[in-house]
Amino acid sequence: MNYTLQFRDVFAASDLLLDGLALTLELSVVTMLSGLVIGITGAAARVYGPNWLKRPVGVYVEVIRNTPLIVQLFLIFFGLPSAGLKFDAATAAMIALSINLGAYSIEILRAGLEAIPKSQIEAGQSLGMTGLQIFRYVIIFPALKLMYPALASQFVLLMLATSVVSQISAQDLFHMASIVQSRTFRDFECYIVVAAAYLALALVFRLLFALLYQLVFARRTSSR
Amino acid sequence: MIREFSFNDVLYLIAAMRWTLALTAIAFIGGGIVGLAVALLRTSALAPLRWIGSIYVHVVQGTPLLAWLFVFFFGLSIFGIEVSPWIAAAASYSIYAGAFLGEIWRGCLQAISKTQWEAGASLGLGLGAQLRYIIIPQAMRLAIPPTVGFLVQLIKNTSLAAVIGFVELTREGQLTTAVTFRPFTVYLTVAALYFALCFPLTQISRRLERRLHVAR
Repeated sequence: MNYTLQFRDVFAASDLLLDGLALTLELSVVTMLSGLVIGITGAAARVYGPNWLKRPVGVYVEVIRNTPLIVQLFLIFFGLPSAGLKFDAATAAMIALSINLGAYSIEILRAGLEAIPKSQIEAGQSLGMTGLQIFRYVIIFPALKLMYPALASQFVLLMLATSVVSQISAQDLFHMASIVQSRTFRDFECYIVVAAAYLALALVFRLLFALLYQLVFARRTSSR
Repeated sequence: MIREFSFNDVLYLIAAMRWTLALTAIAFIGGGIVGLAVALLRTSALAPLRWIGSIYVHVVQGTPLLAWLFVFFFGLSIFGIEVSPWIAAAASYSIYAGAFLGEIWRGCLQAISKTQWEAGASLGLGLGAQLRYIIIPQAMRLAIPPTVGFLVQLIKNTSLAAVIGFVELTREGQLTTAVTFRPFTVYLTVAALYFALCFPLTQISRRLERRLHVAR
C-alpha cells in the first residue's frame, strides 16, 4: 500500500489523449445528428406512416433496444465483412452508434408525436396549412420541445457510450487511454484522468443542450 | 484450430447466459442498496446530504461504465489490492446501477405528496416508520415499471464486463468466434439470446406502466 500517484507521465501523453478526444467528439456529434434524423423520420413513419412501414420500424426499434451496443458493434465490424461489407473501425463505430441512437430517438419522439392532440392537427388543416407545414409547425416542433429533456439525456448517455467503440480499436479517447496506460503503466492515474475528461464532456454537452433549448424553444411560444 | 459453428456452440452460449444473469443479479442487489441510499439522500431535508447525493449521481451518470470497470480492474491492483473480474464487475455495476436506480426511486418518492409524510408524523410515526409503512408501499407501485425497464439496461450493460475478461454471454461469443471464425453467425446468436432475455422484460415493464396509468 505504498504507492504514490504520479500524473506526470499521463499528462505528458496528452497529445495522444487529445487525438482520442477529437474522434470521441466527432463520433458524438455526427451520431447525434444522424440519430435525430433517423428519430424524426422513424417516429413519423411509426405514427403516421402506412401499416407496411409501421411494422418494420417497430421491429427495428425493439431489436436495437433489446440488444447490447457492444454486440451490435461486433456484428457490424467483425460480422459484416463475411457478407462482403467491410468498414474501418471509425466508420463501423459511426454506423453502429447511429443505428443505436436512432432506435432510442424513435421511441422517445414517438411518445412526443402521440402527445400532440388530434385537434391541433385539424386546427392546422382548417388554417389551410399544407401537410408539410403541419408536420413542421404543428407536430414536430412541439413534439421536440416536449421530449427535449429525454432526448438530451439520451444524447449525453450516447456520448458516454462512444467509449465502447474502443473495443473495435477505433481510436477514441478510451482507446487512447489504454495505449497511454500500456506505455506508462500508470493504470489508475490514466483512467482517472480519462473519467474526469468524460465527466467534463458530459457537463459541457448538458450546458450546450440547455443553451440550445433557450435558443430554439424557450422564446417561441408554440403549444405549451 | 478452426472448427465449425455447431449446435453445441449454441448450447455453450446459452450456458454462458447464467453468468450474465448472475452478474445482473449482483448488480441489481448492490445497485439497489446504493440506489436506496441515494434516493434517501436526495430527498433528505438536510441540504448537504442532498448535495452529496446529487454529486454522486452527476459523477456516475457523467462517466462511462467502462471507465469504472477499468479503474477497478486495472487501477486498484497497483495499490496491492488483488482484484478479480468478479469483484471489479460487482463494484462497478453497483456504483453504476446505484446512481440510475437512485434517480428513478427519488422520482417515485417525490411523487408521493408531502401530506402523506405529515399524516404519518401526526400519528406519531418516526421517519423510518413513515417510510416503511406509508411512503415506500405507495412509491413501490410507481417504481416497479421503470425499475424493470432499467433491469433491461443492466442486462445489456453486463456485456461490457467482457472487456475485463469476465466470461459471460458476450465474452463467450468472442471466444467462440476465435475458434469457429464465424463472427456473423456467432454475434447474431448472441444478440438473439440477449433479445430473448430483454424483450419479455420490456413488454412487462410497458404493460405494468399502462396498468398504472389506468389505475390512477
